[in-house]
Parts: sequence; structure tokens; C-alpha cells
Amino acid sequence: MSLKTMKKSTRSNLITFGIVIAFYLIVSLMSVMGMMTSSFAGQLVPICAYVVLAVSLNLTVGILGELSLGHAGFMSVGAFAGTLVYTLTFENTPLPVSILLSFLVGGAVAGIFGLLIGIPVLRLQGDYLAIVTLAFGEIIKNFMNALYLGYDSTGVHFSLKDSASMGLAPDGVVLINGAMGITGIKKASTFTMGIILILLTLVVILNLVNSRAGRAITAIRDNEIAAQSVGINITNYKLMAFIVSAVFAGMAGVLYALNFSSLVAKKFDYNTSILILVFVVLGGMGNIRGSVIAAALLTVLPELLRSMKDYRMLIYAIVLIVMMIFNQSPQIVSWRKKITAGFKAKRAAKKEKKEAA
Amino acid sequence: MALLEVSNLGIAFGGLQAVAQLDLSVEKGHLYGLIGPNGAGKTTVFNMLTGVYKPTEGNIVLDGKDITGKSPELISKAGIARTFQNIRLFSDMTVLDNVKVGMHNQVTYNMWTGILRLPAYKEKEHEMNREAKKLLEIFDLDGEANLKASQLPYGKQRKLEIARALATNPKLLLLDEPAAGMNPNETEELMQTVRSVRDQFGIAILLIEHDMNFVMGICEEITVLDYGRVIARGDGMTIRNNPKVIAAYLGGDD
Repeated sequence: MSLKTMKKSTRSNLITFGIVIAFYLIVSLMSVMGMMTSSFAGQLVPICAYVVLAVSLNLTVGILGELSLGHAGFMSVGAFAGTLVYTLTFENTPLPVSILLSFLVGGAVAGIFGLLIGIPVLRLQGDYLAIVTLAFGEIIKNFMNALYLGYDSTGVHFSLKDSASMGLAPDGVVLINGAMGITGIKKASTFTMGIILILLTLVVILNLVNSRAGRAITAIRDNEIAAQSVGINITNYKLMAFIVSAVFAGMAGVLYALNFSSLVAKKFDYNTSILILVFVVLGGMGNIRGSVIAAALLTVLPELLRSMKDYRMLIYAIVLIVMMIFNQSPQIVSWRKKITAGFKAKRAAKKEKKEAA
Repeated sequence: MALLEVSNLGIAFGGLQAVAQLDLSVEKGHLYGLIGPNGAGKTTVFNMLTGVYKPTEGNIVLDGKDITGKSPELISKAGIARTFQNIRLFSDMTVLDNVKVGMHNQVTYNMWTGILRLPAYKEKEHEMNREAKKLLEIFDLDGEANLKASQLPYGKQRKLEIARALATNPKLLLLDEPAAGMNPNETEELMQTVRSVRDQFGIAILLIEHDMNFVMGICEEITVLDYGRVIARGDGMTIRNNPKVIAAYLGGDD
């Protein structure tokens, strides 16, 4: 099958994969040639995590059409669950196994939370759903902020007050230390791991979207009553989208957490949820490739603008506005369409000439 | 036994009795009309038949199975499909995908087959595409298969809704004002399509329509509703000359 005869969606997906792989090759080349600044190198894993978060949130917001403001909450539970598994296993298991296990557990725990939150939340619609997901994110943050967890020879102890009230024996080990979170994590995340996670996310979500289940999810977004009338189980498919979205947010959380030596709950607050939502909106609702590009650009941008010093956030905001207009303004969109149509017409004319000759 | 048996069906919204004591019997392979002045309760009947509203009294039996008050999803699976008065397409999806969504419970494979692109995926998708294209051909929409549904002109959107409803492989098709907003030529064409759909699929069709030429032209039996109650029933000739019907439409002393 040549690139031209392929289904439009397949071709579009391949371009998305191509962009990710090209990004990986360019960055690898830059680091081999020593062109990488340390601040940029430090951004690579967070970029990957944010791309995964944006793509997964797009499934809920863009494809299912439900506004969720608690994505950082799923990231948080995934990060804590995964990091716990990692800190407990990395000494006595081979490193790849330990890492793989922590990703699986992080994703699974976030998925379970997705199910538990999704059952009540998905009965709501629009603004109400948004507010409840927002509240969920805050509850998770505050709970993790207050959680003390440890173990000793007698078993696992936890408390929501302070580490002393866990009543650990002298040989006990504190795992989560309240607002201090998990400390002394041996950094494990790599850029390659991040890219693999992005590719995995893209394969699963793009394949899901272009399948029977994905069509059902999109149909629910476009018209819930009509979707019911053709026999689609609304609750099940909403939950499916919500859970898949949560699983990848959890895995992104693990990737993010294992990139630093300590993990605190405060990181996964309302601002982070909104930031991910901004990536999705900027990239275009339902546009997976847009999410990838927007998340990567907007994560790097503040670093690139470091030399601007005081004007940094100002320029960041202007870029946001310009991007939004470029993507969403009807005039600009029609102007862009005209230009691409012009290109296409030229190409077609050329082809015709060739065939005539 | 008739395909659809509706007996003593009624629904009240608070103090308002929107439909009362409705009896209806639908046979396989026949065309029925449901008419009445605005606000007579026609669409409310459709909404009860398809599970959008739960009736407050009465029974709906399809093919021997009681479906009264079941969810729209289960009723679709049981074999009733419908179109909507104000068109409800999946507007951001392609014309082809709209029909494929209609086949949701006809050609099935699970989530993992889709995600992992197992061999069954390709096979089932091919089957869906083939069947969907057949349906689009019937409605002369095959040329627009890859357009977004919202890009279609109004008349074709109505046709696409019928195609999507047929994709659910129904025993009974409910059409809510299929000819609304169509010009006489389009209406004429639609009449032929509806007839040929009935013949080709052997299903029963019940339609609401204000265009009397359309209703009289194709329906074998017409039920007239006024203020939620049946005031007349019979073939076109009988209805046309029924004084109650004339009074309901044109006003009069009763």
C-alpha cells in the first residue's frame, strides 16, 4: 500500500508516529554531538510525560467530549503507586523488571481510580462534571499530602497525622512521609523510556479511536440521544474512555516521578490539571497530533525563553494567544484552508500535465 | 400475532396527559402513518416506543417480547430503530462512520481486538464497510461517504439518518417527519425510497408526517391523534373524509 492509497486516518496516524520518532532521533543526535544544554536535557522526560498526559486527556475531553479538570489526580495516584513499587523492588529485582512493574502498577491503580471516580462522575454533564473532577483532583492532592505510610517487621502502618503516630518499630522504614512525600528515589526515567511510553500511548489511543469502540465514544460526544438510539451503552463507553485516559495519566505520573529524587503531592495540583487542559485545547480538541506538538512546545518554551528574564511569562502568554488564534479563529482557519487547497490544486494540475504528456 | 402490539399506552407529564389509551398494531412489511395537528403527541408516542420516555400506563410488545419502559439501548437491540424530527446525526463523523456506528450491535468485536489490531479487526471492518456502502448506495449517498455528516445538504442528512437507522437491522423503523423541509421532487423521491426500503428489507415502517400527499401516498393504514388520543384510523380515503379529522385540522364545533 503506498502512502497515497492509504486510508486518510491511517496516513495521519503514521505522520504522528513519524514526528515522535524524528524528535527522538534529532534529540539523540544532538546529545551525541554535545549540542545539548543541561537545562534542555533536564526537560526531556517531563516533555514526554506531558505529551502522554495531553494525549490521554484528549481522549476524555476531545474524543468523549467531557471536560475533566482532575487529570493531575490520576497522574498523582499513578506516580505514588508506581514509585512505591519501584522503591520497594529496585534493590532485589533486575532494574528493567522493577521499572516495568512500577509502570504497570501505576497505570493499574490510576485505572482503578478512574473506574471509582467515573461511575458517579459520568452521570453528570458539562460544568457539573468539570467541577466534580476538579474536586477529585484536590482531594487526592490533600490526601496524599497528609498520608504517612511505613512498614516494619509487624506489617504496614499508616497515619494521616504525622509519622510518629504510625507507631513504627525502631526497625521500621518510612515510605511516604506526608507533605515530604517519597524521598531518596534513585532516578530511573530516561528519554528513551519516555518516547516508548509516548508511542505506546499513541498506538493504544489512536487504534482505540479508529475502532468500533472509538466510534461509539465519538458518537456519544456528537449526539448522546442518537447514540443510545442505535443501541450504544452510553455508561460503558464513557467509562472505557475515562479509564483508558486515567491509566495513561498514571503511567505518565510514574515516568515523571522516577525522573526526580523526591516525589511530593503538591506537584499534582489544580494548576497541573489546567496546564494539561491548555495543551489539549491548544492542540485542538480531538486532535491527537495537536496534543503531542502543543505539549512538547509549551513545556520547552519557558526554558527557551529563560534568556528573556522578566519578559518570559509575558512572551509565553503571547505565544498562547497567537497559537489559539492560529488554531481556532474561523478567519485564520479558512485562510489556512485556502492556502493548502491552493497547494493541492497546483499539485493536481502538475500531475495532470504529466499524465497528458 | 402482530409485530408490534401497543395497548392502552399513556404518559402523563405532571398533570398533563400527553398521550392516553393508545392502541396500535403493526404488521410486518406494512407502512403505517401517524398524523395529527401540532402538539397531538405523535413524537411522544415515538419517544415511548423507543424508550426515551417511560410510559405511565400500558404495554408495548415487540415480536412477543414486552419492551415497555426498557432503555433506548435495549429497545434498539430488540429491533426498533428511529430517526428524529430535528436531525440528530453524528455531525463531526464521516457519512460512512455514521452508518458504521449504526452497525454497532450488528458487526461486533471487542475493545482489545481494536487496540491490538487482531486479524478479526480487519475482517470485521471490511464487512462493516461493505455493508455500510450498500446502505449508502440505496440512499444515493455513496459519493459522499467520506464527507462529514454536517457537510451534507439538509435533504441528504435526512436520508443519512434513515440509512443509519437501517444499519441497526431493525424489525420496525420509525420515521419522524422524514419529508420535513424537502421540496416536492425530493419528497417524491423519498416516497419511492421508503417504499423500496420496506420491500427490500421486509420491515414494518411507522412514520409521522405533515405532508399529506406523502402520508396518503404510501401508508396503508393511518392513525390520527389529537390531544393525545386516537380520533380516527383507516386508509387514506377513510381518514380524508372523517369529520373528526377535518375538525381537528381545520377547527370546527365538536
